[in-house]
Amino acid sequence: MPPPLHATHSERAWYYTFRTLCVLIFIFLVGPIFVIIPLSFNELPYFTFTPEMLAFDPAGYSTKWYQEFFTEDSWQRAVQNSFLIAVFATLISTFLGTLAALGLSRPEMPFRKTIMALLISPMIVPLIISAAGMYFFYARIGLASTHVGVILAHAALGIPFVIITVTATLVGFDHSLTRAAASLGSSPTRTFFVVIVPLILPGVISGALLAFITSFDEVVVVLFVGSVEQRTIPWKMFSGIREEIRPTILAVATLLVVVSIILLTMVELLRRRSERLRGIRS
Amino acid sequence: MSTVADNTLRTADGVPLKTSLRRATARRRIRTFLLVVPILAFLMITFVFPVIDMLFRSVDNQIVSSVLPRTTLAIQSWDPGSEELPPEFVYEALVLDIQESFKDKTLGRAGRRLNYEKSGVMSLFRKSGRRAKRITETPFKDQVIAIDQRWADLATWQLIYQESSSVTESYFLSAVDLRVDYKGEISWKAEERRIYLFLFYRTLWMSALITIFCLLLGYPIAFLLATLPPRHSNLLLILVLLPFWTSLLVRTTAWIALLQSEGVLNDLMVFLGIISEDGRLQMIHNKIGTFVAMTHILLPFMILPLYSVMKTIPSSYMRAARSLGASPFTGFVKVYMPNTVPGIGAGCILVFILSIGYYITPALVGGRTGTFISNIIALHISETLNWGLAAALGVILLALVLLLYFLYDRIVGVANMKLG
Repeated sequence: MPPPLHATHSERAWYYTFRTLCVLIFIFLVGPIFVIIPLSFNELPYFTFTPEMLAFDPAGYSTKWYQEFFTEDSWQRAVQNSFLIAVFATLISTFLGTLAALGLSRPEMPFRKTIMALLISPMIVPLIISAAGMYFFYARIGLASTHVGVILAHAALGIPFVIITVTATLVGFDHSLTRAAASLGSSPTRTFFVVIVPLILPGVISGALLAFITSFDEVVVVLFVGSVEQRTIPWKMFSGIREEIRPTILAVATLLVVVSIILLTMVELLRRRSERLRGIRS
Repeated sequence: MSTVADNTLRTADGVPLKTSLRRATARRRIRTFLLVVPILAFLMITFVFPVIDMLFRSVDNQIVSSVLPRTTLAIQSWDPGSEELPPEFVYEALVLDIQESFKDKTLGRAGRRLNYEKSGVMSLFRKSGRRAKRITETPFKDQVIAIDQRWADLATWQLIYQESSSVTESYFLSAVDLRVDYKGEISWKAEERRIYLFLFYRTLWMSALITIFCLLLGYPIAFLLATLPPRHSNLLLILVLLPFWTSLLVRTTAWIALLQSEGVLNDLMVFLGIISEDGRLQMIHNKIGTFVAMTHILLPFMILPLYSVMKTIPSSYMRAARSLGASPFTGFVKVYMPNTVPGIGAGCILVFILSIGYYITPALVGGRTGTFISNIIALHISETLNWGLAAALGVILLALVLLLYFLYDRIVGVANMKLG
């Protein structure tokens, strides 16, 4: 978009300066994420571009770090753990969170603000404090170093994201629709599944995906509540960066970027669908 | 509807309409509340209670009195201010306690607890535990002192006296670099042992600076997104959301690859001749690493609230300002910026809250000079095992965060938080 025709010289100059500035900030935002992709194909175990890579010499590139990731047992177990924990944690937080969001969106909800503040708090309380608390308490009730313990902990951390996303969807919810359904003889249960669910589903799925990625990326709580048996991908990455830093981590990071791109695309598509369903035009 | 002599409206079954309505509303309120009961119960058990329980460790001091029950009871009759050692029966109680706890292997816990306050007590306890087995009869006092001269030191007994109560303030005092003696007098720790206030201070000023960086970088982007036509801005918004959706560890790894001394940026600068081969810049494992990586990680949390506020400012405001003779600059400063203050407030508080509690990124790229208070809490939990001190530091950090959270709720309202 060029500057308007009536712009003065100084306005033009400012316009281009501003655009350049924005481009630089965008490079700062996404540049680092994309830099790791070519680096993960490095033939040598370095975290930088080798002269061969810069010369686009095929010998400078290799997929061996990916092979290592896909063949090494401990990485594969980490993948399984990550998915297992994230899926169950997502199911719990999405179910409980959606139920609560339905209640919170009704005007007759008592103590609405207090409850909301409490439900968002897992996102605000410093992770190290949550992790330490869970570490001590779960150890006492026998949940430390178990998958169940980590799943429950991650479900708690995912709740704020489900609440925020689903209540945002419900803000535009037209409550006369449920009354209309009732006046046409529909039972509350039927109204829920036939009228409410299809309308809020995009929001619920977005919230679920956010809860999923929260658990999938989480490392502090796993480090404290879990043990070697619950080792997840972020755990492996964290200890890998601390101890012996290998380009396998870059290969994993690249794959994780792909996962986030897929999830983000899904959420964007859902958001547009939801806006269309609710009649909001952008 | 039936009306009777007193003219109140009544429902078909004769209940006054107001009462009936009140009951119906109450029922609805209860039914609605039932929807949040499961999640509240779940969060209480998995999150709220564990955190509160952990925080109580900051004042809990039952280790000494549970390992040395007889001694802590007997010592109450002794005056720690007197210049005399405790009487014979206190030594007798000590011998019995040490023999028993040495057998149960609990003695070391008491030793470690007291060692936090006075170094050397741990070794004194270990040594006494091994040798106290042989003491079976009077005089206990002389035999105990024969094990180690420190049992004839008033300071050792004053310490046991001081830590014999089940509640202590010493962890909190430690957390702000203070110490307390048996007389209850509070004083500063020795200069070289004062580290926590400094760490709190560093956490706060570095977080403040990170917040400012985020605002400086986030404001133009939010402004651009809000002023572009939706077709373009939706596309660019994805570039903001992508880092938000990308794993924290991926982003931290990326900065390590970029910033380390053999990394991409240093290589590039050497190649361009900006710096020489031996002049490679140390940009990681220090404050710079923390600043850069944290600003990058928290930037979306600044852009999103700013954008959602800027979106609601009609473009006609700026046109009105221009038509009334304001220059673009004056119009922006006097008309546009004041309208974005709620967004600035929301973004800054959110970024600051998230920043002061950060652990992972400072741990990986902060080295020794760029770590935060969370890192020392983690250290005390998993390495030094001084859980009481970790809890006390945690209480202070949490109090700070909750204060800001309260402020955030007042300014923005938690219910209005948006994520993309």
